[in-house]
Amino acid sequence: MQTRAFQKIYTRIDNITKATCTLRAEGVTNEEMAYVDGRPAQVVKISGDQVTLQVFPGTAGIASDSEVVFTGAPPTLKVGEALKGRFFDAYGRPIDGGPEVDGEVREIGGPSVNPVRRKQPSELIATGIAGIDLNNTLVTGQKIPFFADADQPYNQVMATVALRAQADVIVLGGMGMSNDDYLYYRNLFENAGATDRIVSFMNTTENPPVERLLVPDMCLAAAEWFAVERKQKVLVLLSDMTLYADALAIVSNRMDQIPSKDSMPGSLYSDLAKIYEKAVQFPDGGSITIIAVTTLSGGDITHAVPDNTGYITEGQLYLRRDTDIAKVIVDPFRSLSRLKQLVTGKKTREDHAAVMNTAIRLYADAANAKTKLENGFELTDYDRRALGFAKDYSAALLAIDVNIGIEKMLDTGWELFAKYFTKDEVGAKRELMDKYWKA
Amino acid sequence: MATTGKVAGIVSNLVTVEVDGPVGQNEICYILLGGEKLMAETIKVTGNRASVQVFESTRGLSVGCPVEFTGHMLEVTLGPGMLSRNYDGLQNDLDAMTGVFLKRGEYTAPFDPKRKWAFKPLAKAGDKVRAADWLGSVQEGWIDHKIMVPFDYEGEGTVESIVPAGEYAAEDEIAVVVDASGAKRSLTMTMKWPVKREIRGYKSKPRPFKAMETGVRTIDTLNPIAEGGTGFIPGPFGCGKTVLQHALAKNAGADLIIMVACGERANEVVEIFTEFPELDDPRTGRKLMERTIIVCNTSNMPVASREASVYTGMTLAEYYRMMGLKVLLLADSTSRWAQALREMSNRMEELPGPDAFPMDLSAVVAGFYARAGYVELRNGQSGSITFIGTVSPAGGNLKEPVTESTQKAARCFYALSQARADSKRYPAVDPIDSYSKYLEYPEVVEYFDRNVEPGWVGKVLEMKDLLLRGKEAKDQINILGDDGVPLEYHVNANKAEVIDFCILQQDAFDEIDASTPMDRQRYMVDLVLGICSEKLAFDGFEEVGGWFKKLINLVRQMNYQPFGNDKFKEAEAELRALVAERRAD
Repeated sequence: MQTRAFQKIYTRIDNITKATCTLRAEGVTNEEMAYVDGRPAQVVKISGDQVTLQVFPGTAGIASDSEVVFTGAPPTLKVGEALKGRFFDAYGRPIDGGPEVDGEVREIGGPSVNPVRRKQPSELIATGIAGIDLNNTLVTGQKIPFFADADQPYNQVMATVALRAQADVIVLGGMGMSNDDYLYYRNLFENAGATDRIVSFMNTTENPPVERLLVPDMCLAAAEWFAVERKQKVLVLLSDMTLYADALAIVSNRMDQIPSKDSMPGSLYSDLAKIYEKAVQFPDGGSITIIAVTTLSGGDITHAVPDNTGYITEGQLYLRRDTDIAKVIVDPFRSLSRLKQLVTGKKTREDHAAVMNTAIRLYADAANAKTKLENGFELTDYDRRALGFAKDYSAALLAIDVNIGIEKMLDTGWELFAKYFTKDEVGAKRELMDKYWKA
Repeated sequence: MATTGKVAGIVSNLVTVEVDGPVGQNEICYILLGGEKLMAETIKVTGNRASVQVFESTRGLSVGCPVEFTGHMLEVTLGPGMLSRNYDGLQNDLDAMTGVFLKRGEYTAPFDPKRKWAFKPLAKAGDKVRAADWLGSVQEGWIDHKIMVPFDYEGEGTVESIVPAGEYAAEDEIAVVVDASGAKRSLTMTMKWPVKREIRGYKSKPRPFKAMETGVRTIDTLNPIAEGGTGFIPGPFGCGKTVLQHALAKNAGADLIIMVACGERANEVVEIFTEFPELDDPRTGRKLMERTIIVCNTSNMPVASREASVYTGMTLAEYYRMMGLKVLLLADSTSRWAQALREMSNRMEELPGPDAFPMDLSAVVAGFYARAGYVELRNGQSGSITFIGTVSPAGGNLKEPVTESTQKAARCFYALSQARADSKRYPAVDPIDSYSKYLEYPEVVEYFDRNVEPGWVGKVLEMKDLLLRGKEAKDQINILGDDGVPLEYHVNANKAEVIDFCILQQDAFDEIDASTPMDRQRYMVDLVLGICSEKLAFDGFEEVGGWFKKLINLVRQMNYQPFGNDKFKEAEAELRALVAERRAD
């Protein structure tokens, strides 16, 4: 237990709930850390001399005469190069058997970047996955989640993206991650020889849920240090933000707050925005890019968590199993990268936007044809060609096992257009068709 | 003596203060924490306790911190030098702040009071003046910035003295006005005004009657917004709300654009910061930034100043309206403001209304929209604020309190549809669900008759009918199958597609297509309606789709070309030949 000399120890707790306890104390500051019976806790409410503490590991076993000490400081993390290659718990304590990290002490959840000091993101992140690079190009400084059902291979795709993205530092934040998935990431990074650029803060399903609330801020405090002090490209992976929101709901419930939609706290939007908005491109080269996972329940994106997330993040990626090719694909209809136009056609070939839009429009025609087919109607010749195109497009470009360069993706697009359609049907800008059409 | 107090309780950014004197509702106070001063607004008073919402993080605050009350409500400072600036929700100049990160308690002046301006008097000694009358003007960028009698000046006064033309600092005395009782007041180029009160002092607020050109076809042609009108854009995320708002900011025919980024993504504001100083205003040839003021409270900035940001934006707009300018005010998104109200109401433990929003949400929204409008000033000039807000309905469901409250207040409704966005039909404004009440105004109809062409609104309504008929035909085809419906249905469905692809869809990222002037819109509407009124002959439904695809492709090629150039004419000729092929005799 970290205590200071001459510290006042309180031994009378007035009120204990499942997640909080309240006591009389003086000179306490808002949001400072405390220890209740040795357990980390944080001040969440002060009313006169009544102080309410949120006890992260839960209050089971806490007695009304348990010892409470206040640290006088908000939650902090020691930052420095020594973080690299290390695995920590939600409080920033090593869980890999290594020594404590020595470094500069930083408050977590610090201030926001002045918007006029941000730089417009403009650096493409290539992943080799055409469903991402071609249709939903990622950019440094972006924040984007996977919207995925629990059974989809989002962790695998996220890990692939992380390894191919050529980031200087990868910060992995696990919130309610299963121990198996945690070990999957750890092994994968070790096998790829990438451990020395990984920093990980882990709250697994074995840890108390409320502890999760610290994980994103820990990750981002570390990321900010590398991006600001070392001017490095930092990629932050957060999995799973839905479980983070669940922890918020638990706490707000214990604090007797009126829930809004889907039992989530009314401040959900601001709570999530505070995390995601840490994604930034700094003017001097450093950047923080956030890729997160928001698990859905039965694909329902109208639930408060994915809904609020969608309004905050710069797009979202959906995975879907395409039964025609028996592979998982990046869904071209619902996926979106809002920052893609900052790089498509600028950092990539001029026909990028045209190929992307045309292919998706034709893929939509195929979807209509499929509906017709399912309803037992005759297909036109165009419908049949659209269906053929859709299958090839899905296999050659949308599948998540694709790993090719962007030029190759564009050429593949033109080949497929010419294979199935006439120029009139493709209807892209004439100059582009004249130049790139693969007769 | 000013009231002071001490902090007595803290929950997140709601702080209870024990006060030693009188406190007003909405009064501003500062909480002293170490060397920092945290600004807060009083939102409730009970006995000697005031509940205040702090516009900053309350981390580190403790019971007993001293509080100083200011005696006034949240106010902005008005005067020359605000153009092209980037403010936060409390009118702090973001560019004047030091450091990459926002520092708590750092407040910066909205403009330099010492900067000299070339002042030209418009009034002379002996003139009778009232609040908002023009005393003189200075050249602020390209705007003839009027220096006015302060809006809080009561009754009529007489100009006792006014300085001759010359260079004066904004804070210098430029005139002295004396009222009937003989009380003198020294006036400078600046004044203060509380943001939650409308700036009045105009002669009248008639019904809007002119159309405001935006360059966006689905708005200008199908559902026009009036100058001084109100509109709102609700839509699920990913439907292009922000892209549409940016398109409006770039192309709208207004003198001044005030953009309020309220609780939205920081990178979207960065896009404006980066692009607007580079982009040319197509109307004046100046840079877009020269007619823009940005008020931004991004989603990670303190929640309480989100509400302040929309009022700050509106007050700045009202100030420029009193100079006889056409102002377009855009707010993205008003839902975030409503959510900020909800967070506070929740912390105050008020009984919640629908979806935990405060009960008076509707009234607050309606009161805000009512501040927009076209006004006639007392000197015969006119000014306007056109207000368009976006709404981010939870779950994309329009049956939610913010959308419903806004629908009651705004006159134009631009519904963004998920289905259109999914099939990349941008802007995703649903042509069937959206409406503009201004099309029903006889004065607006007459305006179009005079300024676009006689019978224009009739054509717009005809186009709406064609779209609706097309949709019905498409539904029937989906139910009964291609060969289960008469050939006519296929033709109708495709005619609606022609209108959709050629008029409604517009490429916001294409240099030419991004903005369409009204005369070009009229030309294209006439062309498309001409095609739709043709009697066309087909031998079977198989022929219909292909032929129309070809036709649509040609019109789209026209949309990508400068109006009337060779390629444009070439495509048009090809189009007319194509139509002639199918013309029924």
